[in-house]
Amino acid sequence: MELPLSENRHMKVDEFDSGKMLAHAARQAKQRNYDQFPIVDVDSHHYELESFNEILEYMPDPVMKQLAQMANAGNSKGVGVMPGGVGYQDMGGRVTRYPLRRIEKTEPGVHRDVSLTRRWMDAMGVDIAVLFPSPMLQLGLHPQVEAEVALATAYNRWLAERVLAEESRIRTMIYLPFNDPEASYRMVKEFAGKKGVCGFMVTSVRYKPVHHNSYMKIYSAIEETGLPLAFHAGYNWNEQSMTMMNKFISVHAIGFVFYNMVHLTNWVLNALPERFPKLKVIWIESGLAWLPFMIQRLDNEYMMRSSECPGLKRLPGEYITDMFYTSQPMEIPRDISLLEATFKCIKAESQLLYSSDYPHWDFDLPSTIYDLPFLKEKAKRDILGGNAAKLFKLDIGKDKLAKVA
Amino acid sequence: MPEVFVAKIADLPEGERKIVQHGAHDIGVFHWDGQFYAYANMCLHQGGPACEGLIMHQVEDVIGPDKTWVGQKFSDTRVNFVCPWHGYEYDIKTGECAADRRLRLKKYNVVRRGDDIFVAI
Repeated sequence: MELPLSENRHMKVDEFDSGKMLAHAARQAKQRNYDQFPIVDVDSHHYELESFNEILEYMPDPVMKQLAQMANAGNSKGVGVMPGGVGYQDMGGRVTRYPLRRIEKTEPGVHRDVSLTRRWMDAMGVDIAVLFPSPMLQLGLHPQVEAEVALATAYNRWLAERVLAEESRIRTMIYLPFNDPEASYRMVKEFAGKKGVCGFMVTSVRYKPVHHNSYMKIYSAIEETGLPLAFHAGYNWNEQSMTMMNKFISVHAIGFVFYNMVHLTNWVLNALPERFPKLKVIWIESGLAWLPFMIQRLDNEYMMRSSECPGLKRLPGEYITDMFYTSQPMEIPRDISLLEATFKCIKAESQLLYSSDYPHWDFDLPSTIYDLPFLKEKAKRDILGGNAAKLFKLDIGKDKLAKVA
Repeated sequence: MPEVFVAKIADLPEGERKIVQHGAHDIGVFHWDGQFYAYANMCLHQGGPACEGLIMHQVEDVIGPDKTWVGQKFSDTRVNFVCPWHGYEYDIKTGECAADRRLRLKKYNVVRRGDDIFVAI
């Protein structure tokens, strides 16, 4: 295929292999002895619309199914059914795996998503990956509540049967169609205990407050399973305040933090950690720099306005540092002592979970954690895999699952 | 200083690049504007194959005489190669990181001998 470049030039590419593209990652894995300890990636992705017709086979609503099948006909790839807007994740093709993935070949007899996921996992030395969708991260914006439910149901059932059943190294936290609390509750009941299901996930880009009474039944059900609940951040250029922004970098940088800030604030100040003391909560893909801000800001205001938050028995920041956070996209400040202070602030050695976000444009390799100068070897290994293994009660044996060459 | 063969000049036409590996050295050699440039194929960010990505003219803002923003264009003179992992851009003529010119890739000397190109390592 030919990639369009500046000044009407083109670059011809005949083949693409993400394993080769990640050869330097494989070299890092070998140099850093990743074969000596497990690595768990708590946030990775696939492009579910590439399997959209397969997914639609699992859709229970026949009318919605037919609408979606037609919307996916030809080259439109779900346009018309999936919400989503403007966004330049591929940077005009500069991040070449976006345009080139369509020409990547996989081995026969293996589901394409399984094949491609194993390929990058082995290159990076990742043993277990928690896999999430990509375009569906914006499904919470769908104007039809029933469409979110139908698409989420089909996706979850397809993922469980076609992907999770085929590769035990791939896990997921089940997408909850959160605009319909009853459907979300049924989803928890249907998928808890199924192979590869290690928790439940709410996409953060949506407009229902997490403290609404209709959700309490869901939180109780998840708490009973012992599995964690995660909030996965995202962006939305149609967010009213973000319509003032003229660049994707602006919307991405702020959006991925903004929605989790809103939900975390509601979660803590409405004392949900007190109401669900055994419910483990993970905040995904907002980086780390927002957390010292949140802790300082909420603690400071709470000391003056505690009458508004009678459910709290501790400072807001103390609840925040008892929750879990994925690492990517981890900000690397010019002054590394700021990052060291952030790690200390959020009790990273026990609460931080490595995540790559691969194959998205701002993915982080395990070396972003492993090469930190202020961490001891045990802390590095805990963040890269040990904390997640404990949190998810992963059945990781002694053998390294990733093929570290 | 040892030299490593890169290519015949005719096999590395204007606008193309070649990746050369020799021992621990992983080097990208570019042919641009009649000159050859060679850099370590190792992004300063997370170690990606910086020299293997797109070659793009730098994007520039066009600001009017009244300081209003008029639009954007591709630079007439500045050209970058882009790390395909995350988009870090490097000046093809200097190896400087376009986003922070205090950072630069390790540069190798390119030697021409007759019709052949070598890099000194």
